[in-house]
Amino acid sequence: MQEIIDFKEIDAILERYRYESSSIIAILQDTQAKYRYLPKDVFPYLSEKLGISTAKIYSVATFYENFSLEPKGKYIIKICDGTACHVRKSIPILERLRKSLGLSESKETTDDLMFTVQTVSCLGACGLAPVLTVNEKVYAAMTPDKATELLAKLKEEN
Amino acid sequence: MSMEFMLIDNMPVEIAGEANILSLIRKAGIDLPTFCYYSELSVYGACRMCVVEDKWGEIHAACSTPPKAGMEVRTNTPRLRKYRKMILELLLSNHCRDCTTCEKNGKCKLQELAQRFGIKQVRFSNTSEESDMDTSSLCISRDKSKCILCGDCVRMCEEVQNVGAIDFAFRGSKMCVSTAFDEPIANTKCVGCGQCAAICPTGAIVVKNDTARLWKELSNKDTKVVVQIAPAVRVGIGKEFGLPEGENVMGRVVAALRRIGFDEVFDTSTAADLTVLEETGEFLGRLQKGGVFPLITSCCPAWIRYAELNYPELLENISTCRSPMQMFASVLKEHYKHSNRKVVSVAIMPCTAKKHEAAREEFQENGIPYVDYVITTQELIQMIREAGIVFSEIEPEAVDMPFGATSGAGVIFGVTGGVTEAVIRRVSDDKSVSALRAIAFTGVRGMQGVKETSIAYEGRQIKVAIVSGLKNADDLIRKMKKGEAHYDFIEVMACPGGCVCGAGQPFTNAEGKKLRGAGLYDADRMSNIKRSEENPVIMALYGGLLKGKTHKLLHVHYHRKA
Amino acid sequence: MFLNREDLKTAHAVYKKSLDAQRKKILVCAGTGCVAGGALDIYGELIRLIEASGAGCSVSLEKEPHDDSIGVKKSGCHGFCEMGPLVRIEPEGLLYIKVKPEDCAEIVEETILGGRVVDRLVYKKNGQTYPTQEEIPFYKKQTRLVLEHCGHIDATSIKEYLAFGGYQAFEKALFDMGADEVVKEIDESSLRGRGGGGYPAGRKWAQVKRQKCEQKYIVCNGDEGDPGAFMDRSIMEGDPHRMLEGMMIAGVACGASQGYIYVRAEYPLAVDRLETAIKEAREYGLLGENILGSGFNFDLKISKGAGAFVCGEGSALTASIEGKRGMPRVKPPRTVEQGLFGKPTVLNNVETFANVPLIIRKGAQWYKTMGPEKSPGTKAFALTGNIENTGLIEVPMGTPLREVIFDIGGGIRGGAGFKAVQIGGPSGGCLTKEHLDLPLDFDSLKKAGAMIGSGGLVVMDENTCMVEVARFFMNFTQNESCGKCVPCREGTKRMRAILEAIVSGQGTPEDIDMLLELADTVSSTALCGLGKTAPSPIVSTIKNFRKEYEAHVIDKKCPSKTCQKLKTIYIDEALCRGCSKCARLCPVGAISGKVKEPFAIAADKCIKCGACIESCAFKAIKED
Repeated sequence: MQEIIDFKEIDAILERYRYESSSIIAILQDTQAKYRYLPKDVFPYLSEKLGISTAKIYSVATFYENFSLEPKGKYIIKICDGTACHVRKSIPILERLRKSLGLSESKETTDDLMFTVQTVSCLGACGLAPVLTVNEKVYAAMTPDKATELLAKLKEEN
Repeated sequence: MSMEFMLIDNMPVEIAGEANILSLIRKAGIDLPTFCYYSELSVYGACRMCVVEDKWGEIHAACSTPPKAGMEVRTNTPRLRKYRKMILELLLSNHCRDCTTCEKNGKCKLQELAQRFGIKQVRFSNTSEESDMDTSSLCISRDKSKCILCGDCVRMCEEVQNVGAIDFAFRGSKMCVSTAFDEPIANTKCVGCGQCAAICPTGAIVVKNDTARLWKELSNKDTKVVVQIAPAVRVGIGKEFGLPEGENVMGRVVAALRRIGFDEVFDTSTAADLTVLEETGEFLGRLQKGGVFPLITSCCPAWIRYAELNYPELLENISTCRSPMQMFASVLKEHYKHSNRKVVSVAIMPCTAKKHEAAREEFQENGIPYVDYVITTQELIQMIREAGIVFSEIEPEAVDMPFGATSGAGVIFGVTGGVTEAVIRRVSDDKSVSALRAIAFTGVRGMQGVKETSIAYEGRQIKVAIVSGLKNADDLIRKMKKGEAHYDFIEVMACPGGCVCGAGQPFTNAEGKKLRGAGLYDADRMSNIKRSEENPVIMALYGGLLKGKTHKLLHVHYHRKA
Repeated sequence: MFLNREDLKTAHAVYKKSLDAQRKKILVCAGTGCVAGGALDIYGELIRLIEASGAGCSVSLEKEPHDDSIGVKKSGCHGFCEMGPLVRIEPEGLLYIKVKPEDCAEIVEETILGGRVVDRLVYKKNGQTYPTQEEIPFYKKQTRLVLEHCGHIDATSIKEYLAFGGYQAFEKALFDMGADEVVKEIDESSLRGRGGGGYPAGRKWAQVKRQKCEQKYIVCNGDEGDPGAFMDRSIMEGDPHRMLEGMMIAGVACGASQGYIYVRAEYPLAVDRLETAIKEAREYGLLGENILGSGFNFDLKISKGAGAFVCGEGSALTASIEGKRGMPRVKPPRTVEQGLFGKPTVLNNVETFANVPLIIRKGAQWYKTMGPEKSPGTKAFALTGNIENTGLIEVPMGTPLREVIFDIGGGIRGGAGFKAVQIGGPSGGCLTKEHLDLPLDFDSLKKAGAMIGSGGLVVMDENTCMVEVARFFMNFTQNESCGKCVPCREGTKRMRAILEAIVSGQGTPEDIDMLLELADTVSSTALCGLGKTAPSPIVSTIKNFRKEYEAHVIDKKCPSKTCQKLKTIYIDEALCRGCSKCARLCPVGAISGKVKEPFAIAADKCIKCGACIESCAFKAIKED
């Protein structure tokens, strides 16, 4: 998929960080907030404007878990698999979600770009374990059945 | 001042400003193993092979531990041996083990250390990936499956060459060295300098090997294969055959090439003399007519590529002189244009980027390149071995006529500052021996990355800078652009130290590089002709073949790419 | 905007008066946990109802307070996350648990206006009711110093922080003490870094102070990546100004004018609260240039992490702030000499900085009255896992583990026996029954082969398989390894593979020795602290539960019946009716038999997928 990039928006982001190459992580975060992933065409543009090689930007983007080079779903569901959630059975929830959406470890996003399912390291909401988040909203004390209900609700919203 | 000592394996070793105990340990004559330590690169500290044990049983990586007076370390305890073996086993468990068919066979650091530490068995299942080749570049080939992630190439590309075509991607066990989005390297800003391949301890990045195609050409009876040998080759090849590092073995190379089957053998130094005359002419011309300054040399193809990709606006500063290799190639094409056999032009070069230069469209006529094959010193070594030639016993021979004469000025092209020195010899009015010697002491010689000098010419001072290593070149350009520095003439060589340290040469350390440079200066000293303009071949060429054709055959205009 | 010291003093008095004027205060917990439970709806509903009732409702402190108003505030985490959403009512100190928006009307009607306790919302345990927070066993045994404001003040208001005496320590450091004295005080307090290693903060500050360099940095490590730890998050969310004040004092002490707070991206609420706090501090002239007319300049920036556990390591963290891959670098030079952007840098974690204002205000001698001599003060722990009272607690250093787990934590959830507690996250080790009387402090834990780490306590009951726990942690470490050094990158991968083999029944007795050999190599040769401690969960589980490993590799049994692949699935002949449903469902054809007679499972074919168990209508298929 070829994403149409509005470079004026990228310029605005760069402006916000005064074109400082040390702010590349924040710049990528803001870019991702815009497109829900990091479109390939952004890289050479950032490289030119910030004076760092595209390979370097790519190296930073692939180091950090939160960056995605693939388009993500409208709803990003993150299942916490920190220790507390793990011992309170978070994996069956993950399996249920993947199964109902036809996803797997290697395929995180549905073809209609509606849902992305991934695990996340501890969200620090251990008291509510097991938890998951949908676009940063926390859902506490989940079970596989509750997850199914949640999916149904999200689908209905559309 | 009192001397400070450290105890290394119970031997007192004097601390003399070493940055880390690894240098001190090596100074003590102990070959501590490493994959990722090179004094010219930043300390990375990732391979953990250089671990040592202090008297309290603490483990330190020698590469990143500064020496301290009174410190005691051991380099070879049972614990350390166990750790080193385990690290090697871990690396091997994740590495292709088809050593016999590897380009790096016999020169691979991993292979060498596995042998040295007696690794006979790897106790883990082999999880190495399928071979994953990138052959897009004309200069180097990459195979990710052979990478041990020491990061040497990454640091070389970024810190020394300022190119940054490759970097680490991903993390943990998925980490790899990659271009952005894993694009073929040829589509990146790679300049083909090959320094990554030179420093790679394994077969993950190697110089593109074109010998197979060349052998075919050599066995073809209908072709006439002519070859030129770059200056740096003669001092970079001997060590591989048991001769001292840096020894000038030009005569043996010539003899070996004849035995391999080359029909005519020439010396690129001859064309370097042409370059000196043309470039000096261009420089003086710009001085008189008021051209663009500084004039920047054009011999180095990796530098040309770097400028094209990063500073296209500087292309007009770059001399229009073709590189000596290309000058010679055009002269040879012209010379043999009535030959009844198909002439194949080969160049033996210390350089990987020359492979790319030879394929440039500026150096082709009707789709046929002036230079058909560029073979690096390393590939030549392989050919000599393959042919069964006992190099150390071969009798030296002279190059062929009619291009048989060279000057000392042309020979020193192979080391940083050589081009400049040759040009100064040309412009200098004083042709005495003492004047010649004085030039050598103006600051043009030495292996440092940035050198500056100024010469008097017709009542004015000409400011000269000599840089090797593209990071040094880039820094200089930035300074110039900011107005912090001003020069009239700049010599740029992409490889630190110049062509003797080219990536096509066998890998050597800093000491070896120095010896190679010294070898070329020796050759100059022994040479009867010191100045390019005194080379009779050159004079003959200007009077004959080149008459009215100097521009067509010796110059080129690089254009900005859209 | 405070222009001088007097302005700050006046503000303290004004906002204290304003606070005191509130007849009642309702503190709705707005930590991540309670927000997820609907705390913000409760907050909104309470304001609506109080306003509707005609009683004065104040959501922020005014300079000219109305008498008799009722304060409604969003507080930080109360710690008792298990019981959330929580609502605290002052001055009575009532704590209402598991509150829903529909409970709000009753709370306003009964408690706020009527002065009566709503009995059904108070905490009950073993037939006893505990209307006030302070009586609840979970809180009773705690000593809350760093967390003293968490749950008690409005986390989004600098005015409240000022009303509670906030920034007085900074004022004292700036005007009355000066750099030398501050460093001396912190040094004398023996405050040790709460982020893991326990390095004395005063020594670190002194080293940075000594550096002759124009530019120095104060960096706060808020990259609390240990799974099962959320102390720092709670402080950043619940009392952000306290941490800011600690950093500012460090700035005064070390001569730094710029600070960075590195917060992991998984903590959006903390980022939000910190941004608000920094903005307010700037508006009040507590950050910026010439602070309070003293000539001292200090400002703060937030750097958001992008998802890498390794960035909790000092040099990886500074690399990340610089916009690089978060890969640790070799040391020396140390962070105090060449840290962020190559400049001398104080790097402490959130809890460490949060301790500072208290020490400055009350003095090192007072601080040292708590906890053991070499590890004074208190420590916040996150209590999670199979424990009755999950939550955030704070106890004096040196409190015995037993007290934490059984008195405060309420013991094991569900009545099973205690087996072990993992302390210090993936870098730490496990403690067992025999360690229950071990005092929790830096040195005692180190001796026991564990570490305090950032303070995550994951409690495990008898039904937990320790080999599986080791596998879980090794999987975590492997996924989070930066990949730079060989031992960590390749070694953790091999250790994980071996553990995976063991939990799936493919292990051999030699595997245990290989694990220990790998662990030795990795812990001795890895580049950074995280790599060096990565094998700790393996070493400590083998040390304490070797028999469990042996059962897996020799008997091919998982004693706690956790490892699916080590279970034996069999058909109880007495219950099987021979319906053949299971045989038809079995993906590998391991079940056979004659219809209407008991079926049997061929153990050598069975892959232990458990499909048959679910399918059996007669519950005849069992696991062992």
